[in-house]
Amino acid sequence: MSEFTRALGRLNIDKEALSECRELATEICGPIEDLATTHTTESIERACLRLVGVDGVIGAAVEGVPVPNLVVEKIKASVGLERGAMIPFFHAVESGCGDIGSEAIRIASGEREVSWPEDFDLDIAMERARREAAHAADLVASARTRREGVIGEVGEAPKPWFYEIVATGNIHEDIPQAQAAAREGCDIVAVIRSTGQSLLDYVPYGATTDGFAGTYATQENFRLMRAALDEVGAELGRYIRLTNYASGLCMPEIAALGAMERLDMMLNDCMYGIIFRDINMQRTFTDQHFSRMVNSLAGVIINTGEDNYLTTADAIESAHTVLASHFLNERLALAAGLPPEQMGLGHAFEIDPDVDDQIAMEIAHAQLIRECFPEAPLKYMPPTKHMTGNIFQGFLYDGMFNLVGALTGQDIMLLGMMTEGVHTPFLSDRDLALENASYVFRGASTLAGELRFDPGGDVERRAAQVLEECRQMLRKVAEIGMFAAIEAGMFADTVRTRDGGRGLDGVVGRADDYFNPVTELLTERTGAIG
Amino acid sequence: MNVKPYGDASDDGLVQLSFTLPIEEGERARQTALELARKMGFQSPQVVHMKAMGPDFTFFVMYGSTTHVVDPEAIEIPDREFPELAYSEVNRVIREKLKRRLVVVGACTGTDAHTVGLDAILSMKGFAGDKGLEYFAGMQVVNMGSQVDPSAIVEMVRAERADAVLVSQVVTQRDAHIHHLKEVRDALVEAGERDRLILVGGGPRFTPEQATELGYDRIFGRGTKPSEVASYLAWAISNRISA
Repeated sequence: MSEFTRALGRLNIDKEALSECRELATEICGPIEDLATTHTTESIERACLRLVGVDGVIGAAVEGVPVPNLVVEKIKASVGLERGAMIPFFHAVESGCGDIGSEAIRIASGEREVSWPEDFDLDIAMERARREAAHAADLVASARTRREGVIGEVGEAPKPWFYEIVATGNIHEDIPQAQAAAREGCDIVAVIRSTGQSLLDYVPYGATTDGFAGTYATQENFRLMRAALDEVGAELGRYIRLTNYASGLCMPEIAALGAMERLDMMLNDCMYGIIFRDINMQRTFTDQHFSRMVNSLAGVIINTGEDNYLTTADAIESAHTVLASHFLNERLALAAGLPPEQMGLGHAFEIDPDVDDQIAMEIAHAQLIRECFPEAPLKYMPPTKHMTGNIFQGFLYDGMFNLVGALTGQDIMLLGMMTEGVHTPFLSDRDLALENASYVFRGASTLAGELRFDPGGDVERRAAQVLEECRQMLRKVAEIGMFAAIEAGMFADTVRTRDGGRGLDGVVGRADDYFNPVTELLTERTGAIG
Repeated sequence: MNVKPYGDASDDGLVQLSFTLPIEEGERARQTALELARKMGFQSPQVVHMKAMGPDFTFFVMYGSTTHVVDPEAIEIPDREFPELAYSEVNRVIREKLKRRLVVVGACTGTDAHTVGLDAILSMKGFAGDKGLEYFAGMQVVNMGSQVDPSAIVEMVRAERADAVLVSQVVTQRDAHIHHLKEVRDALVEAGERDRLILVGGGPRFTPEQATELGYDRIFGRGTKPSEVASYLAWAISNRISA
């Protein structure tokens, strides 16, 4: 197989339209960036506490309430969160026993009252907070160096990376499946979360075995899977990447835990939770900014969720909404200091297979996105919407998806399962999917380098049309503003209001004297806007 | 008349099957697969493909001739009161019968903070590849989330002029799920809204037979897909309008 290259310069795309889309995205995202940098959320404060060493639960395993949640609740109830959790927390630590973990438990259990320090006590609390925040930022940044260290030892996986999913609900069952997938040729393992975890306003604790259609994202589950993949990576001489979901109500905390446990990729979309999970837009926009700073510093590749638009809307009619969302995700990632090489923009192969010439259209869409984001490790999602119980037809359909991926230089290929929509994949489904992808990518790698498109032909005209529709859509969004656009149902035909959805009560406007050295250091070290 | 599978000739009984065994690939694995196929009722089974999947698993593609036969006429087909409709049919029934969108209010009530079931049915994302009610163009969905008071449900029903109410209960101690469902029904009865509504309950601990006892129009149990609920609502609303 010849070396992976990104197929660029093959479509004559309108450079002027492209730069206008970027300018419009910058304009549209301005108010979101203002919101994110003038607010905090309970989950952001909890993430910061976790990064300085607050952990554990109060109560028995299943009923246990995480200490970070209890600490933030107590602080909110006693002195408010407008000035951040750091000062009252470190005041308690400094005026107590000095140990972060045990003082957190005292606050959580109600043994210790929270108060706002004055004068000298305030200085002491701030000084301690700054010192711990520096360790926290180093911890996040160390994810990148730790990853580079392991890759140096075991070897890097060649691109494209084949991405597969495990979802048994039981971490101890997930591990042998993930290792088997890696041995069969998979480069990235995603552990699907339990149904509904995105709507939990806390992160479950410990090793879990009782997820529903997926496995809970917990720090311990992250640690166990990371160790298992490192073990199999060493055996195979190829670093195996681990993915989870920095999304939902605990987006910032999942990002923080992922950095601690050296995850490599995170689903981390700027709008997914708003549209598909009915999470409040102010909460999501504020949380995504913080979580992206963490992902940026930790060297984590984010995966955006535009593919989801096409699982509900029509893949031809709505192709431009995917591209429009890419420009917005790109802009918000840049605002959070996340560089293009960590932007795993997502898109999908979802055109109805009964439509004539759909392969050419899929190529046009995939190549257009490739050309618009030349440095991004694009993530290409296989067909799901039109998969039926006819697994034989589904296998061929996945093969065509692989071919389009190979021809258009997609970096990250989520492998299609012929049993999509039938059941969670069998071990053999994954193996067959890898055989399918390996065959196509080996067979078409030279072809990809040879391919050019007829100037003014179908592929080029379709790509130009999608880019133009995207520009028109972004113009409209810019005219009314992002919040109003979501309220008007311009994304995925879903109407969400500014104050509706879950999690708004956890959004707090920052006071003038808001103090959070963790956020400050993340901002400084990622070059994010602050 | 008895039938058996048709490969390329009448009554050859040929079946293709594939499965994985959790053992190392090799002659022993092959023989194990063949023996297993014989135990499944296949005569002269053949392994046409055997592949190691890592050191611990082996994948097989096999053919065999089944010894079993079935008489199709002797099969009893259980009836369900409503037909399962496709996405477009659900929307069409609502459009033709109701002539506007069907308004659905959903909530988890009582102490239950688990919205897993409610969200699986209501949210766009749905469950197991089946899109939720929000996805249906013919429906307007209000998802009130968890721990909603019965009085708040009544208020929402009035404010939104709801056609249907969905109440979900996942967690239960000492039959709390039954108690909470009855509370919602009582509140709707008291408010004089019950009779004009399609009242639906659901959760993993319920069975459809409980509908009468609970005073609900329909109860859905474990593993219910959103499309079933959508089909039911379309069927129920068209019955009401025809009646």
